[in-house]
Amino acid sequence: MDNILLEVKNLHAGIEGKEILKGINLTIRPGEVHAIMGPNGSGKSTLSSVLAGHPSFTVTEGEVVFHGKNLLELSPEDRSHEGLFLSFQYPVEIPGVSMVNFMRAAINEKRKYFNEPALSASDFLKLMRQKRAIVELDNKLASRSVNEGFSGGEKKRNEIFQMAVLEPRLSILDETDSGLDIDALRIVAGGVNKLKTEDNATIVITHYQRLLDYIKPDFVHVLYKGRIVRTGGPELALELEEKGYDWIKQEIDN
Amino acid sequence: MTENSNIINDVTSSEYKYGFVTDIDTEIIPNGINEDVVRLISQKKGEPEWLLEFRLKAYRYWTTLEMPTWAHLDIPPIDYQAISYYAAPRKKEGPKSLDEVDPELLDAFNKLGISLEEQKLLSGMAVDAVMDSVSVKTTHKEKLAELGIIFCSFSEAVKDYPDLVKRYLGSVVSYRDNFFAALNSAVFSDGSFVYIPKGVRCPMELSTYFRINASGTGQFERTLIVADDDAYVSYLEGCTAPMRDENQLHAAIVEIVVEDRAEVKYSTVQNWYSGDKDGNGGVYNFVTKRGLCRGDYSKLSWTQVETGSAITWKYPSCILAGEGAVGEFYSVAVTKNHQQADTGTKMIHTGRNTRSTIVSKGISAGYSQNSYRGLVKVAPNADGCRNYTQCDSLLLSSHCGAHTFPYIDVLNDTAVVEHEATTSKINEDQIFYCNQRGIPTEEAIGLIVNGYAKEVMNKLPMEFAVEAQKLLQITLEGSVG
Repeated sequence: MDNILLEVKNLHAGIEGKEILKGINLTIRPGEVHAIMGPNGSGKSTLSSVLAGHPSFTVTEGEVVFHGKNLLELSPEDRSHEGLFLSFQYPVEIPGVSMVNFMRAAINEKRKYFNEPALSASDFLKLMRQKRAIVELDNKLASRSVNEGFSGGEKKRNEIFQMAVLEPRLSILDETDSGLDIDALRIVAGGVNKLKTEDNATIVITHYQRLLDYIKPDFVHVLYKGRIVRTGGPELALELEEKGYDWIKQEIDN
Repeated sequence: MTENSNIINDVTSSEYKYGFVTDIDTEIIPNGINEDVVRLISQKKGEPEWLLEFRLKAYRYWTTLEMPTWAHLDIPPIDYQAISYYAAPRKKEGPKSLDEVDPELLDAFNKLGISLEEQKLLSGMAVDAVMDSVSVKTTHKEKLAELGIIFCSFSEAVKDYPDLVKRYLGSVVSYRDNFFAALNSAVFSDGSFVYIPKGVRCPMELSTYFRINASGTGQFERTLIVADDDAYVSYLEGCTAPMRDENQLHAAIVEIVVEDRAEVKYSTVQNWYSGDKDGNGGVYNFVTKRGLCRGDYSKLSWTQVETGSAITWKYPSCILAGEGAVGEFYSVAVTKNHQQADTGTKMIHTGRNTRSTIVSKGISAGYSQNSYRGLVKVAPNADGCRNYTQCDSLLLSSHCGAHTFPYIDVLNDTAVVEHEATTSKINEDQIFYCNQRGIPTEEAIGLIVNGYAKEVMNKLPMEFAVEAQKLLQITLEGSVG
């Protein structure tokens, strides 16, 4: 049986009347890691925002099926409940809201969606402790306000921590490597690898080959001017690292 | 407008859940005010001559005044002759115990979530419930009496402790203080009285629930709290009113006297009916609250969560007269739809080495106007004073307004006065971040707003904190846009 987790067909989307995605096609199966690379402004972050349901973007054409459901009809929170997770490029700060309260709200909303009772305080704290270890996140960080005063590296680790807690089927890592030093990069990538199973899948959006040394992709896609213009294996990323994007741009633009 | 904005609008223009009217036999005197009405009120309450004199002086002074217009408020003209100044649930010959209190009345308080019986038996919190300005029943009185604590209705205090009342009445808020204080002093019908004797720590939170029920009436209650040397008390005040399409006037006075090393915490959760989403009806909440920290090293702390009323005009203040006295003001004021609030505090430093802290968090939604107005004054002889003020505004829509009017008047150059202010708008990215983690927009706004107000909410006693958090959430259902 052809087991498909996410199927994107001819997706067109934009913001304020300006089309950015111009016909994306993408098929992702459980257990796979897909890297999406491309020059600045090619639509990488727009793709992740549209999949997660950011209200600023409008889908004008195409469809997205997420394990049998019409993703585009779901609210952002239901997409989350159904197992879509976005690790933000710039995680926002929410002053005064502790990570603990935030995660408890998130987890209990998900349980409510599946008609499960709220997690008891002790089970919840146990879960937090377990998951924190995956990204070596300090206990103190968890009692602080959401992302407030976190360093760049801490913010990204915090994203992966939330991913660990919510156990998504599909994670989209939007430039998770930006602003990370090599140690933080290793911790973050290590966390992502620990969370990988046969049943879930990951989309890694990045500019650089560097992150892909740690998170091995099965497929590499090049996004340019709102379309996937090339798909290959891990060797494509190495080629891009070596030659840059100009050769692809030239091919397409001519 | 995005979908989020719509939700926020739904949430912030949500219905008022305390808007029921209780069908109780109520005695209301005819509308209007004049000397005879003042005499009638005094007579109905069987008051001594000195109190009638106090009322008449206040009334005569009031007739020389005009409504203040300095606040950033648009107040429609009020016809003071169209209001009834006395409404009381008709008593069936003075209830001696809870069993004798009108069942309808008890039911009304149950609907508000304060069962007197429950309160009495279970909670360890003493409650004085004031309906249409008349105190209905005070619980836990006997237990408190063992410690020498007096907690009763104002009318009882006048009868049972006339010397105390005479000594302190008007000593902090004179009837000459302002227009509404003069009006209250003339026609106040009841309220609460608290006296904590020397060295006594009140073992439970004292609590008053105010409710306006009768139509076309004003509520004019007075609260007088005296904490003698080394005493401590935490006092809670909650307010609700039915939904009516007319405007109801609430003009209260709270006076607090804090003696040497004594401490008073006064917490308010104000949720008077705020009018419908088009701005019709709602309570005019014109209140004078002031404490005199007369004793050395005395402390007064005001905490308020203001979510109700069509118009709020209120500045709980501290006069820091004793050496080393401490004044605090923590406020969250939420306005939505067409609500207007002009609220803040005055910290008057007249004693040496006195300190004050002001933390004000304004949250504005819909078409509302939310102003912070505060005065920090340091007298010439008050050496070594400190003040810290933090004034934040959060905007949830593009049509609302947040304003800050800080007045600083320092006449002593050893004073250190700090003022910080910020204004921010609730951020779509914050809401989307919550959404992405599975938290729907309504809950997300609740989280964000409670996070914003946390510093103040943390100051509330536990019993109130939970209620206040829910209130913030309910109040703001549907308010971003």
